[in-house]
Amino acid sequence: MTLLSVKNLRVTFDTETGPVQAVRGVSFDLGRERLGIVGESGSGKTMTGRAVLRLIRAPGRIEADAMTFDGQDLMAASEPDLRALRGRRIAMVMQDPKFSLNPVMKVGAQLMEGLRQRDNAPRAEARAKAIAALEAVQIRDPERVMDSYPHELSGGMGQRVMIAMMLIPDPDLLIADEPTSALDVTVQAEVLNILDDLVKTRGMGLIFISHDLRLVARFCDRVLVMYKGKIVEELAAKDLLQAKHPYTQGLLSCLPRIGGSRGALPALDRNADWAR
Amino acid sequence: MALIEIENLSVTFATAGRKVRAVQDVSFKVEAQQSFGLVGESGSGKSTILRAICGMAPITGGQIRIDGKPLPTPRGRAFAAQVQMVFQDPYASLHPRHTVDRVLSEPLAIHGQGGSDAKIEQALIDVGLPPAFRFRYPHQLSGGQRQRVAIARALMLQPQILLLDEPTSALDASVQAETLNLLSRLRAERGLTFVMVSHDLAVIDHMCDRVLVMQNGQAVEELSREALASAAMTTPYARALFAASADRMLEG
Repeated sequence: MTLLSVKNLRVTFDTETGPVQAVRGVSFDLGRERLGIVGESGSGKTMTGRAVLRLIRAPGRIEADAMTFDGQDLMAASEPDLRALRGRRIAMVMQDPKFSLNPVMKVGAQLMEGLRQRDNAPRAEARAKAIAALEAVQIRDPERVMDSYPHELSGGMGQRVMIAMMLIPDPDLLIADEPTSALDVTVQAEVLNILDDLVKTRGMGLIFISHDLRLVARFCDRVLVMYKGKIVEELAAKDLLQAKHPYTQGLLSCLPRIGGSRGALPALDRNADWAR
Repeated sequence: MALIEIENLSVTFATAGRKVRAVQDVSFKVEAQQSFGLVGESGSGKSTILRAICGMAPITGGQIRIDGKPLPTPRGRAFAAQVQMVFQDPYASLHPRHTVDRVLSEPLAIHGQGGSDAKIEQALIDVGLPPAFRFRYPHQLSGGQRQRVAIARALMLQPQILLLDEPTSALDASVQAETLNLLSRLRAERGLTFVMVSHDLAVIDHMCDRVLVMQNGQAVEELSREALASAAMTTPYARALFAASADRMLEG
């Protein structure tokens, strides 16, 4: 079953030097599966994620032939309709907990804010739900975390708090924008396992945006590779090593490997025909 | 004799009412023209060691010797001419209102060296940037270009030792490859000695001859490159780090 369908999505910014297209005709369908979007900085992967939630402010423009979520036309949806979708049905986890959590508000208050405002939940019930969400992301002493400010938490804890926050309304689709890039490898693996469990047990759809091809390959079912706003290759994650497109191959081969040769790492060829 | 000798180094930060032992009794040696890696998760003390070498962390025990001589406190100009550091985040480590020219000419001015015009142009060429970038501000550069400027700045005084604190972890995979290639080339050309900190074992393996695995401020295990490649680590933590490494994930 298709949860999200995007046809020919374009995101345009008007600048002094003319319009710049950050996303140029992206189409994909997503079921209850894990879809990875990979590319370098500026490839339009984050813009694609944000465009699904129509979270691009003027002067940016979103155009698409069709963009539907669970039968609802996202392009025609009004701002109140979108507000009902955002968070509740489609949630987004941002890259860096340092910049995405409110620094002057305790974690508990931030977790409960949505419940209190949106669902008019009584304080005790909201607190119980927030603690349950923190437990779901394997935070050991949720009571202490509830009473902490974001700067008192480590990067991995902060990222887990953000994931917990997004999971409270039980969304159908989670968009995770580089959820582990700010984390260490060991913590990264933990956070990914948590996300993986949640996707499996709750049957969510997941869009996982990252610049790390190998991470995406291990974690997702399907991978879209983006370059300069276009999808250059779409393939099953398990076939990644057999990638045909030179850009995908370039992204793979420029990573150092343990026990690999110490010669110069191959640089990406950005001048080939496909790059235009 | 080793170029850098670190013996039972301890660093303790005293904050309101409690003491944080960031580095506890860590020892290692780096030979001249070798490349040494420090790896571990956040808070393991790896960056603190680099900062302690530069005199930017409170050393509470042990000794750091370079060329067999204990380091003076404060470190002074002779130290700066010999040892330089490249920081993690090129978005934070370059002054936003200083041009590339000013960033690169400052060390020369402090050390009273002339001929900065020619030296700056050469420094930019050496790190693979066009000389026209000289009068740009950091916000007019990409992340990879900024890190090249930071490397050029560190090399202005022709140091012998370069301390690299996660030099590529803020960069994309493809830009990381270019930056690592640049560092390898500069090391070969100038006979530099590297001490490199990273949380990415694959990067450390690519760049370093030996690596020290750290956890909670303590040295866990020192590995040669061969031992790392053949997964011959003996401690469970080093093994866990190895298993979690991104480049193992395809096989995993």
